Amino acid sequence: MRARIAVYVVLGIAALSAPLLGIYPVFMTQLLCFAMFACAFNLLLGYTKMLSFGHAAYFGSSAYVTGWLVAVHGWGTTAGILAGIAVAMLLGLIIGAIAVRRQGIYFAMITLALSQLVFFVCLQSDFTGGENGLQSIPRGRLLGFISLDRDAAMYYFVLAVFVAVFLFIRRIVRSPFGHVLEAIKENEARAISLGYKVDRYKLVAFVLSASIAGLAGSLKALTLSFATLSDVSQEASGEVILMTLLGGSGTFLGPVVGAGIVLTLQQYLSERVGAWVTVIIGTIFVICVMLFRRGIVGEIQARFSKGGSAP
Amino acid sequence: MTTVFGVPLPAILGQLTLGLVNGSFYALLSLGLAVIFGLLGIVNFAHGAFYMLGAFAAYIGLQAFGINYWFALLLAPMAVALLGIGVERLCLRHLYRLDPLYGLLLTFGIALIAEGVMRDQFGVSGKSYPVPELLRGVVDLGFMVLPIYRAWVVIASLVVCAATWFLIERTRLGATLRAATENAQLVQAFGINVPIIVMGTYGAGVALAALAGVLAAPVVQVSPLMGSSLVIVVFAVVVIGGMGSIVGAIVSGLSLGLIEGFTKVIYPEASNIVVFVIMALVLVWRPAGLFGKE
Repeated sequence: MRARIAVYVVLGIAALSAPLLGIYPVFMTQLLCFAMFACAFNLLLGYTKMLSFGHAAYFGSSAYVTGWLVAVHGWGTTAGILAGIAVAMLLGLIIGAIAVRRQGIYFAMITLALSQLVFFVCLQSDFTGGENGLQSIPRGRLLGFISLDRDAAMYYFVLAVFVAVFLFIRRIVRSPFGHVLEAIKENEARAISLGYKVDRYKLVAFVLSASIAGLAGSLKALTLSFATLSDVSQEASGEVILMTLLGGSGTFLGPVVGAGIVLTLQQYLSERVGAWVTVIIGTIFVICVMLFRRGIVGEIQARFSKGGSAP
Repeated sequence: MTTVFGVPLPAILGQLTLGLVNGSFYALLSLGLAVIFGLLGIVNFAHGAFYMLGAFAAYIGLQAFGINYWFALLLAPMAVALLGIGVERLCLRHLYRLDPLYGLLLTFGIALIAEGVMRDQFGVSGKSYPVPELLRGVVDLGFMVLPIYRAWVVIASLVVCAATWFLIERTRLGATLRAATENAQLVQAFGINVPIIVMGTYGAGVALAALAGVLAAPVVQVSPLMGSSLVIVVFAVVVIGGMGSIVGAIVSGLSLGLIEGFTKVIYPEASNIVVFVIMALVLVWRPAGLFGKE
């Protein structure tokens, strides 16, 4: 317990002081967005064992909606973000309602197929700018008076949102609702026989996760001031799975660690090795599945708890 | 001239034929997926990658060794199947007792590796593969002009599908396979080497994907990305047909190809999403799929 608090304190200090240490704040902000995305995904995979293979659909469509409203229609930053979340939520409600009818691999295949549908709609719609995407999205002012144009201001804003989301997810997982999700994860048939309306719980979890993914997408669009097809693509869905798996699904910090590693790796490798980035990411997938299915944080926690119950 | 929905009939028939050709590929691929899923309980995400590798094996065989189309039709699936068997021996084998989600994730990783390697070697631009001499030219059916190669693709895949169905449903080997699906331990107790059967089944499923790749090589551009979006459509086809159903895979593969072709005529913008929309509708109506039992 003491070790865990120490980890959080160190991480908190590091996060607060990152811009002062000369780390490129836009990269850090982007990292926080993807960490938030991975945390949202983890809510499904880690705590309910629902493998959504198309989570980029919510991330990307929210990025498009926020970008479009802010850049083309002159909406305020806050309103743009809220609209993006609303669209992701709606999309999550529709896709989730169809997908929760099946379990396990079927669920994965259905979410993948429906996210591909979203991808094609984004590709062919006019408002998304097709292959070019949306460019030069202004960051605007938070609540109308705090300018986010400075990279550091944007960073601290996203950091604050991230901490709030992180605590929110923690709260959900440890709430009675979260315990029902855990029961579904451990034994769905038993949860049904206990009288829980399992599909409804799963749908609520799905919509929550999609909304948070949408929030992450909106913030990412504002941070980098563009939204493109790669945000809704199958590759992005694969990346968020890898982040969660590598860091440790079902742990609070795992997705954050995974996002940090994957994003740093991509940033570092993409200029140096070209197509081999895909090979390396694929290899990490294989290694994760074959050798450490608990992920980095999961393995560390298992080692510390010395044969006790896994966290 | 006869028109339907204001579109001239020859145009419709042309698109329907194209749809049938696509449907043949869907049928072959979803058949392989269904065979693998039936025995191994694994959704083979690498199926699209093996399809791509099949096409590339034919392309490389022709460019580097002068192996013609007809030999490629035989050799490329064998080569790719060997690769698949390697994957099964090294990795998949260790996952059978775990949640099937791990198999999906592993094969997803394998697909990324295969795609990345081919992209590094050949770039993303498509390579063209010549139509074999015997199948060049067209036949005039009166209402439309049909390239002979496309007719060949449809016939060849129908024959392969029928043969696979026969092998699984009507032979002793097929009976053993089906028995191993039901109760592997019991079949093993009868002295049948189940791990070898499982390995062979995975190899056969992969070979079907590679065969589809060779058949596709002359009609599509051979590129490292040719399999990655196709596999998602095939997933949708399999969900519609009901996973693990052989007949379901074949029938829904062909009919969805036709529907896609028809959509290209009446509302082209929707042609690449129509399969997913149908999947959503089927799931609302019959969650187990059209041919699934649950």
